[in-house]
Amino acid sequence: MEALVFVFSLFDCCALIFLSVYFIITLSDLECDYINARSCCSKLNKWVIPELIGHTIVTVLMLLSLHWFIFLLNLPVATWNIYRYIMVPSGNMGVFDPTEIHNRGQLKSHMKEAMIKLGFHLLCFFMYLYSMILALIND
Amino acid sequence: VEMVLLYVVTAKKGKLPDDFSSDAHSIHAKPLYPASLPCQFVSNGPAQNPMQVPSGYGLHHQNYIAPSGHYSQGPGKMTSLPLDAQRDDYYSGLYTVPTQNVVPPSTAHQQPGAQQLYGRGPPAPHVGGSTPGSFQGAASSASHLHTSASQPHSSFVNHYNSPAMYSANSSVASQGFPSTCGHYAMSTVSNAAYPSVSYPSLPAGDPYGQVFTSQNAPAVRPVTDRSFSGPNTAISHPSPLPPPPSQQQHQQQSLSGYNTLSWSAVGLPSTQDSLLRNHTGSLATANNNPANTVADSLSCPVIQNVLPLKSSPVAPTVLSAASSARMPPPASHPVEPVASVTQPSELPQQKGMQYGDYVNNQASSAPTPLSSTSDDEEEEEEDEEAGVDSSSTTSSASPMPNSYDALEGGSYPDMLSSSASSPAPDPAPESDPAPAPTPASTAAQPSKLPKPFGYGYPTLQPGYQNAAAPLGASVQPGSPAYSGFQQYPQQYPGMSQLSSSLGGLSLQSAPQPESLRPVNLTQERNILPGTPVWAPVPNLNLELKKLNCSPDSFRCTLTNIPQTQALLNKAKLPLGLLLHPFRDLTQLPVITSNTIVRCRSCRTYINPFVSFIDQRRWKCNLCYRVNDVPEEFMYNPLTRSYGEPHKRPEVQNSTVEFIASSDYMLRPPQPAVYLFVLDVSHNAVEAGYLTILCQSLLENLDKLPGDSRTRIGFMTFDSTIHFYNLQEGLSQPQMLIVSDIDDVFLPTPDSLLVNLYESKELIKDLLSALPHMFTNTRETHSALGPALQAAFKLMSPTGGRVSVFQTQLPSLGAGLLQSREDPNQRSSTKVVQHLGPATDFYKKLALDCSGQQTAVDLFLLSSQYSDLASLACMSKYSAGCIYYYPSFHYTHNPSQAEKLQKDLKRYLTRKIGFEAVMRIRCTKGLSMHTFHGNFFVRSTDLLSLANINPDAGFAVQLSIEESLTDTSLVCFQTALLYTSSKGERRIRVHTLCLPVVSSLADVYAGVDVQAAICLLANMAVDRSVSSSLSDARDALVNAVVDSLSAYGSTVSSLQHSALVAPSSLKLFPLYVLALLKQKAFRTGTSTRLDDRVYAMCQIKSQPLVHLMKMIHPNLYRIDRLTDEGAVHVNDRVVPQPPLQKLSAEKLTREGAFLMDCGSVFYIWIGKGCDNNFIEDVLGYPNFASIPQKMTHLPELDTLSSERARSFITWLRDSRPLSPVLHVVKDESPAKTEFFQHLIEDRTEAAFSYYEFLLHVQQQICK
Repeated sequence: MEALVFVFSLFDCCALIFLSVYFIITLSDLECDYINARSCCSKLNKWVIPELIGHTIVTVLMLLSLHWFIFLLNLPVATWNIYRYIMVPSGNMGVFDPTEIHNRGQLKSHMKEAMIKLGFHLLCFFMYLYSMILALIND
Repeated sequence: VEMVLLYVVTAKKGKLPDDFSSDAHSIHAKPLYPASLPCQFVSNGPAQNPMQVPSGYGLHHQNYIAPSGHYSQGPGKMTSLPLDAQRDDYYSGLYTVPTQNVVPPSTAHQQPGAQQLYGRGPPAPHVGGSTPGSFQGAASSASHLHTSASQPHSSFVNHYNSPAMYSANSSVASQGFPSTCGHYAMSTVSNAAYPSVSYPSLPAGDPYGQVFTSQNAPAVRPVTDRSFSGPNTAISHPSPLPPPPSQQQHQQQSLSGYNTLSWSAVGLPSTQDSLLRNHTGSLATANNNPANTVADSLSCPVIQNVLPLKSSPVAPTVLSAASSARMPPPASHPVEPVASVTQPSELPQQKGMQYGDYVNNQASSAPTPLSSTSDDEEEEEEDEEAGVDSSSTTSSASPMPNSYDALEGGSYPDMLSSSASSPAPDPAPESDPAPAPTPASTAAQPSKLPKPFGYGYPTLQPGYQNAAAPLGASVQPGSPAYSGFQQYPQQYPGMSQLSSSLGGLSLQSAPQPESLRPVNLTQERNILPGTPVWAPVPNLNLELKKLNCSPDSFRCTLTNIPQTQALLNKAKLPLGLLLHPFRDLTQLPVITSNTIVRCRSCRTYINPFVSFIDQRRWKCNLCYRVNDVPEEFMYNPLTRSYGEPHKRPEVQNSTVEFIASSDYMLRPPQPAVYLFVLDVSHNAVEAGYLTILCQSLLENLDKLPGDSRTRIGFMTFDSTIHFYNLQEGLSQPQMLIVSDIDDVFLPTPDSLLVNLYESKELIKDLLSALPHMFTNTRETHSALGPALQAAFKLMSPTGGRVSVFQTQLPSLGAGLLQSREDPNQRSSTKVVQHLGPATDFYKKLALDCSGQQTAVDLFLLSSQYSDLASLACMSKYSAGCIYYYPSFHYTHNPSQAEKLQKDLKRYLTRKIGFEAVMRIRCTKGLSMHTFHGNFFVRSTDLLSLANINPDAGFAVQLSIEESLTDTSLVCFQTALLYTSSKGERRIRVHTLCLPVVSSLADVYAGVDVQAAICLLANMAVDRSVSSSLSDARDALVNAVVDSLSAYGSTVSSLQHSALVAPSSLKLFPLYVLALLKQKAFRTGTSTRLDDRVYAMCQIKSQPLVHLMKMIHPNLYRIDRLTDEGAVHVNDRVVPQPPLQKLSAEKLTREGAFLMDCGSVFYIWIGKGCDNNFIEDVLGYPNFASIPQKMTHLPELDTLSSERARSFITWLRDSRPLSPVLHVVKDESPAKTEFFQHLIEDRTEAAFSYYEFLLHVQQQICK
């Protein structure tokens, strides 16, 4: 059972890693002027909710399976995702707003955020992998 | 005529056709135009000029284009010319005027005359309302023409005028001198006005002859040197000028006569182009045969009456003109030379004078004949002045200058911006000349004559090359770099004089610049200067100063850029740019060339601040890459010379316009397309805006910018959407109704936007009928969202401009809005909510529109809350503009109705650019991180502007990413690529160059306080929306506290207990307080949400000149106007009352005061106001009989009335919109509106100025 939890988490984490990489690539495309802000933001906004859901599921799963340490590790990132989504002003077109992404260094902060998430997910990936193997061995 | 109604079947909620038919009937019954319609437009006189200007531009272009084609070949022709000639030519083309100044003493006088001419020329347009808008465009060119004409003078003219050959020289065309055409026009105008006068300047021909002599007399002009202090030079000049005049006059007269002749021949504007070319050609030739030319000039006895006038006396006048530069219409100068002379002391004028001198100096320094040096530009402003002093050096120096001015700032004549521009240019020019001349020159007043042209050549080169090291760079041997703060010449007249007298060589490395003088704010009672605040001039060497972009178009908050971000952080000042890129310019060099020279790596356009490594290579000043000079660029079309790439117009002007090739098009240039989307719900019909709009449109239908392809369309909407089929061939307009607002479609996509000229009658029918079609409507709903979607569909194939008129909250379909304002919270001091949009519908729509090159302009005429915060998004992100008329009603609120009329007139006829993009580049190491204005930022430095209009301003925040230690100069370049209304693809390029400094004191010395305030205001708006209003207010106060405490703790050596600011920052606290009391940011005073949001929109999108008046209005006392210090504009005497501080303590009950708030004027009449004034100016016997609502001053034939009216007219002429005038009696309820602008006074919710200072001081001490 525990192994199943981690197998699922592992796949979920892989997806999140790919998503982070996708965010980084798209944002750097925007930085380099390969795509325009409008299409960049519509691309990214599409994946904000999947990312949020994917991460929340893992977090909740860890809580349910009583892996406190991993749950607490995930909690801040999950909270940040939800907070960010909720706090989008009513007039904005999503977390990434094409009219503001070039202002006040927003592009850089988005980029930084995606990088941090990538690192975090990589860390989680190996943690899940280790936990999964441990769980399989224990079984 | 009956309107045919097609009922579109989509109707889910459709009305019955019968209703419509009844409407149609009603239409028939009613007269097209009710007699009751006001003829408001008549009053617009002033506004019209600006309007026309733009159009004029367009026209010019066309004219130009044709020529350009011919001339592009120029280079080949060039070859035929002798090399020597080329140099000369080059100058003459561009700068001929200045060089010519050098001409022998006798000639010198002539030049002045010429200059006067110029001055007149440019102004002339203003004066003669009748003159076509084209003039402005032409103006710059006109100056060129003058110069050229002068040079060619007699000899040339004779030889070459007639032959098209010279024109063929094409140099003109290729260079893009189309402007020259304009010049001609100008000249012609001037001729008309002052027949004799205008041409004297031409004496340029003399110049050549003079040149010889002039070289001899190099020392002559020294006086001008250091022109920093305009005044100084001015002083020196006067003396020199007088003596030579007579002789020179004579000679010149003869010459001028010649010129005039030629001019007259030119006469026609169309011909002008050719003429111009001819002139240039003649110039060139003249250069070749200087002796001949001289002789010719002499020989030509012709008229030249003008010349004498222009001679010494003229010079002073010129100066005045220069001073007037602030004022749009300086033209009058020539006429009143004497008067001007008396006033020479005035700074601006003096500067002008200096220019002239300095030009001469330059010439002297460089013996070479042409001398037309770049210096001319600055001179141009002063035009006349220069002419005077320099006398007729080489060709007519003056013309060139004009053009430059126009180019740079456009400061001169038309300039709406008025004030700011003039100051900067003046100083620069002066200084340049000065160095070379040295003291000796001063003595040589007569020597002014010498001013040989030679100077120009050498100097220019060095300047360019040295670009990196501006200070030392000065090419001329004698001229040392200007260390210290020469920039502030105005303030330091004395200093400048000294320095200049010392021989312009030594700079004023003066001890402490005026801008750093510590000011104890709490003890300085009258902090506000009596004259308008000018933009500081960057501390560059003269050469670069002259070339630099006008502050009207391009300003930086810090004119000394700190070397590192750390230094910037220490200074606690905002760093950013304020742009007004599409300003109406009177003179603009337009360049037609097969290859537009740009840096290969960063794509920077070649500009005056690049350095030429050798003849064939130039180094980009933004990325430092070394590029090749293309073959075509080696040829200078202006002078038809070869091998002098640094003298091309692109390299001589910091503001230029290129005609772009097809490389710059993604699709063929679009036609001008205008769509009007009109709210016709019950609310709208009640407000009655339709009559005003339709009337306005009918009157301006022919003036809409565009060409034969112009298309126009109309839509109206209430709860349904109505389209109008105006297809040519119909007997009357057809109305098509779409009631399916959930899925909008276009009933007949092809016939809704129709060609303006083919369907003009139908359009007129519709406009006549429209105001009465909906008079009985009971529909109260407004389906704005669906109407906009339909408009987008209609426009998306072409792009263009959508003008939306809305009178209420949208209540149906997509984009419907709820009322969010709580009236009880209007005066809340805590939280102001709902400053941001409620929905992203309008933002998305705007981005869609922007992608299809469609801009949406919003006219909101509502009496209730309409959620402007949401609606404004449609314009903000599509690069539209927003107009708001609270409580609009055509009869109950006549002042708003009048304002709408005036705004519409300007709106419909002003210049417009389509499918535009603007890119801002800056030197490596700097980066832009935030943009302000109405646009969509498509990529990091690319602003997408579906439309660009002359009233749009932008701001950019900068940060310093890499240390700038290895450079002494930074440059900023904005390139605006747009499609003109004539279907031409054009690129307008502005380049600004600023020095880099490493000490904090220098950073403070270079603060441009007005620019800083405007940037702060923009940042505060962002903060209000993204965070909260109170945050933004705190940030504003902190900006003052931080910068003053940083200054106090680092730079100032005074005791810390006092609140000390450098002189450059002394107005900072005052302006911040004004911002805090602005509608956008005030708290505690009842402010409607829409009013607040509108003020924020204005802050974001207004150019600096207009924004400053909005933030800090100007107050004048007008019941005691005198001619003291008056300026002369177009034969009118305009009194110049001092500025009063905005405090009730300045208001006396015995006085009358005028407050200029930018878009509105208030005249406040005190209870005890002199009855003579009330009777003479207002036309009422006493105070009690003045009506409550008075919006016009009667035209009374009394001196005081004349003065008051000429002053108000002068103020009005300086801006694009004609402001509405309100006469406010001391006891009327309207006085609260007046008093809320007295920002130095205490209100129940806000500090007085003194209290604010104490508060700041307290914060600093914490």
